[in-house]
Amino acid sequence: MKKYRIPSKLYMLLIFLFLYAPIAVFIVLSFNENNSATNIEGFTFKWYAEVFRDRILMDSLKNSLIIASLAALISTILGTVASIGMYNFKGAPRKLFQTLSNIPIINPEIVTGFSLMLFFTFLGNFAGFEMGFLTVLLAHIGFCTPYVILSVTPKLRQMDDHLYDAARDLGCNEIKAFFKVVLFELLPGIISGFLISFTYSLDDFVISYFTCGPKFQTMPIVIYNSMRRPRYPKISALSTMLFVVIITILIIVNIRDIKASKKNKN
Amino acid sequence: MKSKKLALPYAIWMAVFTLVPLVLILINSFQDSNGNFTWDNMVKAWEYRDVFLYSLKIALISTLVCLLLAYPMSYMISRLSEKAQSIIIMLITVPMWMNFLLRLLGWVILLQDGGPIDTVLNFIGIDIQLKDNDFAVILGMVYEFLPFMIMPLHTVMSKIDKSLIEAAQDLGANPFRVFSKIMFPLSIPGIISGVTMVFVPSASTFLVAKYLGGNRQMIGDIIEATFNSNRNIGSALSLCLMVVILIFIILANRFGDEEAVGV
Repeated sequence: MKKYRIPSKLYMLLIFLFLYAPIAVFIVLSFNENNSATNIEGFTFKWYAEVFRDRILMDSLKNSLIIASLAALISTILGTVASIGMYNFKGAPRKLFQTLSNIPIINPEIVTGFSLMLFFTFLGNFAGFEMGFLTVLLAHIGFCTPYVILSVTPKLRQMDDHLYDAARDLGCNEIKAFFKVVLFELLPGIISGFLISFTYSLDDFVISYFTCGPKFQTMPIVIYNSMRRPRYPKISALSTMLFVVIITILIIVNIRDIKASKKNKN
Repeated sequence: MKSKKLALPYAIWMAVFTLVPLVLILINSFQDSNGNFTWDNMVKAWEYRDVFLYSLKIALISTLVCLLLAYPMSYMISRLSEKAQSIIIMLITVPMWMNFLLRLLGWVILLQDGGPIDTVLNFIGIDIQLKDNDFAVILGMVYEFLPFMIMPLHTVMSKIDKSLIEAAQDLGANPFRVFSKIMFPLSIPGIISGVTMVFVPSASTFLVAKYLGGNRQMIGDIIEATFNSNRNIGSALSLCLMVVILIFIILANRFGDEEAVGV
């Protein structure tokens, strides 16, 4: 296979060029002195300073972080408990439960968003509330929980059922047995469920757009509202910072993984 | 831990936040603004059949392009060392962490008249319209959803036992035969899930056609537009979209099952 090496590397490089091209665009524009998307004039850091002075941008970033943290936390708890409950069912009821749970994943996002918008306006007319923070949070928990279930369920299957029984035999009550034994076994699935939820929630535009109401704004909503408007350089600057943070975290995690796997080999 | 009751909270949650909203779509599809039963919304939805067909066309082409681009890519990744695989896969997911609207805008800037790509092409004497056409819409879709094709394909391919391929080669199979008899059949589950994961969102997405296609409209854009005007028609369109997607998923899975039996 050696003779294919160079073409295959070139092919991978082209795919990566394609995937990173628009990211390069906003990194370049974040340093552009001119407040336009077409003319590159001069080099500046001023947008990076202005990001922190832009109240709307900062508020929306705060909102996004709060929503993502709460949605991830609540859907992780809800999803983990649901996975355990579901695991105790067999056959058709379990299948039905799983199918229902997968609806938000399979259904087009826009349909989920639209249906929730109908639901919340319907409720709002009854109870006299407006869509906002709470409706976005509920919607996000709704589409995050299925991913938690998908990442916890395989860990449940891998777990030895006797572990729980042993803990009970040795005198743990149900709750203690769960926290001392089961939780530990499920932890990798729970953590990845939490992380998936957090990132999906942070990045969600479509469902937030339909459920946020007139006053509440998350980051993606602000980005949408200021497309092709003067805020673009600031958003580029903010996104460049996020990009650097993510890359750094991922590099650290990877280096740790590689070190850990080396240790295991020794 | 052994109690089935633990499933109860989420069962209630699903009933309230998944099923009731979907039922509301169904009800709203057959109501006028005063709440009386009517077929009008469905009749109006039928008037958008060209938009539906256009969305399906774009989604099908995008899915195919994604498959053609991702298949060799996933294969190449799966041949690398385990460490290199995890790094490459990580690098493929990184762009997905950046906001989708921002990346879309990045393409708008790259492809526009007088943009970087246009300037280079003009310089070497090629003058073509890059934006505001179907090509740009498909490019946007492929860009957006390519990782969703690469990941499942890579997962399946990295699990294929290399000794199977070597055995086939030892037994005298040429590369084409190795591909058609071993690689391809074994990668079908990945193809099916990749195709579903690309087709469903690209058929239903909005804004891509609007920004890259010069205000072209896909079904998602129409539904979004009804958001502030006529929610009954929006419901009818959502219902139709759901049915179309459901049919597609069933077909894709059936195709997968038959192939699996055939092998």
